[in-house]
Amino acid sequence: MTTTTQPPEQVVVPAAAKARRASGPSFWTTRRRDVLTGYLFILPQLAGVAVFVLLPVGMAIWYSLNDWNVFTGKQTFVGGENYAALADDPQLPKVLLATVIFSGGVVVVNITLGLLIAVLLNRRFRGVTLFRTLFFSPVVVSVVAWTLVWGFLLQDNGGINGLLGAVGIDGPNWLQHGDTAMVSVVITQVIRSVGVNMVLFLAALQGVPEELYEAARIDGASSRSVFARITLPLISPTLLLTVIVTVVGALQSFAQIAVLTGGGPELSTTVLVYYVFQQAFEFNDIGYGSTLALMLLSFVMLLTLLQWQLRRKWVFYED
Amino acid sequence: MIRAKKVLTAVALTTALGLAAACAGPSPEAPGTAAELRMTVWTSNEAQLKLLTSIGDAYRADHPEVSKITFESLPFADYNTTLTTQIAGGNAPDLAWMGDLSKDLIASDALVGLTDKLKATDGWQYDDLLGSVTAEFSRDGTLYAYPFSNSPFALYVNTDLLAKAGQKVNPATLTWDQVAAAGAAVHAKTGKAGFVIRDFDYKSWNTLATVWTGWGAAAWSADGKTCTFASPEMEQAFTFLHDAAFKTKAMPGPGTTADFFAGDAAFTIAQVSRASLLTGSFKFGLYALPTGPAGKYAVLGQAGVGVLASSKHQDQAKDFLVYLTNPVNAEKLAQFFPPPRKSLLTGAKLAANNKVLNATQLQTAVVDQLPNAVTLPNHTSPAEIAQKGKTALDAMWRADADIPAVLRSVCTAIEPILAK
Repeated sequence: MTTTTQPPEQVVVPAAAKARRASGPSFWTTRRRDVLTGYLFILPQLAGVAVFVLLPVGMAIWYSLNDWNVFTGKQTFVGGENYAALADDPQLPKVLLATVIFSGGVVVVNITLGLLIAVLLNRRFRGVTLFRTLFFSPVVVSVVAWTLVWGFLLQDNGGINGLLGAVGIDGPNWLQHGDTAMVSVVITQVIRSVGVNMVLFLAALQGVPEELYEAARIDGASSRSVFARITLPLISPTLLLTVIVTVVGALQSFAQIAVLTGGGPELSTTVLVYYVFQQAFEFNDIGYGSTLALMLLSFVMLLTLLQWQLRRKWVFYED
Repeated sequence: MIRAKKVLTAVALTTALGLAAACAGPSPEAPGTAAELRMTVWTSNEAQLKLLTSIGDAYRADHPEVSKITFESLPFADYNTTLTTQIAGGNAPDLAWMGDLSKDLIASDALVGLTDKLKATDGWQYDDLLGSVTAEFSRDGTLYAYPFSNSPFALYVNTDLLAKAGQKVNPATLTWDQVAAAGAAVHAKTGKAGFVIRDFDYKSWNTLATVWTGWGAAAWSADGKTCTFASPEMEQAFTFLHDAAFKTKAMPGPGTTADFFAGDAAFTIAQVSRASLLTGSFKFGLYALPTGPAGKYAVLGQAGVGVLASSKHQDQAKDFLVYLTNPVNAEKLAQFFPPPRKSLLTGAKLAANNKVLNATQLQTAVVDQLPNAVTLPNHTSPAEIAQKGKTALDAMWRADADIPAVLRSVCTAIEPILAK
């Protein structure tokens, strides 16, 4: 066996590369190329966020510092006047109260009902698919069409009172009294949207390992403690998600209020987002409307942040 | 820290891009290019749009400086909001129909004065305009919008339903009390509604001016500065309405719908232009409004058309408006909208183009009413007044309402807006 040793091959360095080395390292390093590629990938999304979120928020901040006569286009800088007006607005406390009642009602009823339906439909029985479809189907109906139909049903001489009358109950004039009007908009909203939460809960429930239930049964755990100690902790990430999404959704509810009650009677269903619309687009007070919109944005951000921070205390993560 | 910097850089970059994209407006129009005019309207009626388009086409044939005239049909319910948003967004039309937004537009100098141009145009016949219908669209003697539609409110009667309930009314001496009595009897005997104030629906309270004017009441003083809702006359008028809704049931209560034109009510107060909704399914009568305690009266709803001051083609738009409203075209428009011209205001002329109402009905319900008619309450900030007034008036529509207190609360709610 013979081994031949060859002299090391000479590396030929091109003149251009020599010049580059002489002038220092190249700007376009692999790392920089990767960073640029990354930015190019996220650019469409960031551009969307910039144009449709950041720019409007920036403009809303600017508008909130101005008084804008929409008919002439004249803007006058008024500084914090619109913010000071928040404290003097006699309608605002009623609007905030209605917002809390509506959003709280929607979140509590929606989450409870969604979870209950999901638990009931997380079994094998004949027709379960049909029931799942039935509960989910309102989600795909247009909000306005859905609300218009409910508007007819909830009239004094409408379908709901007709049904109640058939069983001897004299139904209330649903949309004409503050309490029943609020109940009506909450229920109408929940029935339409509960299907989404139901599907999410159903998926989460089906992800809970069966052996945990078996072990609990062998240990003699009651159904209630199985639900409280196994099911709820294991679906808590989904619960957190649905709570956040439902809170944000409830704070954004507009069409239901606009179509069903127009914010009445006596402001009882005027939620903040509807009030923003009224001020900015009906009363043409863009400055004050923008101030209210920023207040709503702050509320949504604060609530989301709060829920996110609290997740460590009540959300179970396997890892 | 480095990560935060990167995110901020990305956000700043994309925001700058977004701003650049947003600020890049449309390219400026080349000089000498023929103008394209746009007029916003709230009708979607094909025949009305066809007429407007044909007038526009005829105008363009003689005016090469205008290459296109578009009639943009906006939904009536959102008309004011859409028009205002277009103006605020720098996309104002050149011409626009307007209803209760006219006061705001005039007060903000957002409309172009028309009087000089109309008077200076040969054959336009400015003096032919009825004084009572131009007041609403004028300021300091200058007309800012041509009142193309002046439709008085009238009493429609379903005579079949009255006969079924054994009721009869005499239009010559008809009073509100008689209407309420007959309406209550119809409701008691047939289950159908008595009288309905169309479009009120316990929300649009300004339509109640068709009732309270009969009691000599008004929403605010003539100068628009003082609320007069708490007056004794208004209190009597609202007591009448409240009794009709909750005691005698002559008027359907809140949350109950009844459409006169579908045969669900014995009487309705509606504009004469609503006669097109009559389908012939029942016999009807059309009369002037019933007499109130303050005597005979008339109320009308108006619509005007004006040129926006922000129009880039103000001169062409004004010129087209003059053409659109000249005596010849005014006569064509009169088939749909009661005109403001005295020469066209006869029952016979109006009936020539009306398939539902005869000359006598139109003479009594339109022509005879217009000279002394008052318009529905109109003021600057109409939407804010409407909403705040409605919120206060909601308390009225309960069986145990404290009528004087509710009316005082209406004044408390709207007076700051009136004083602006």
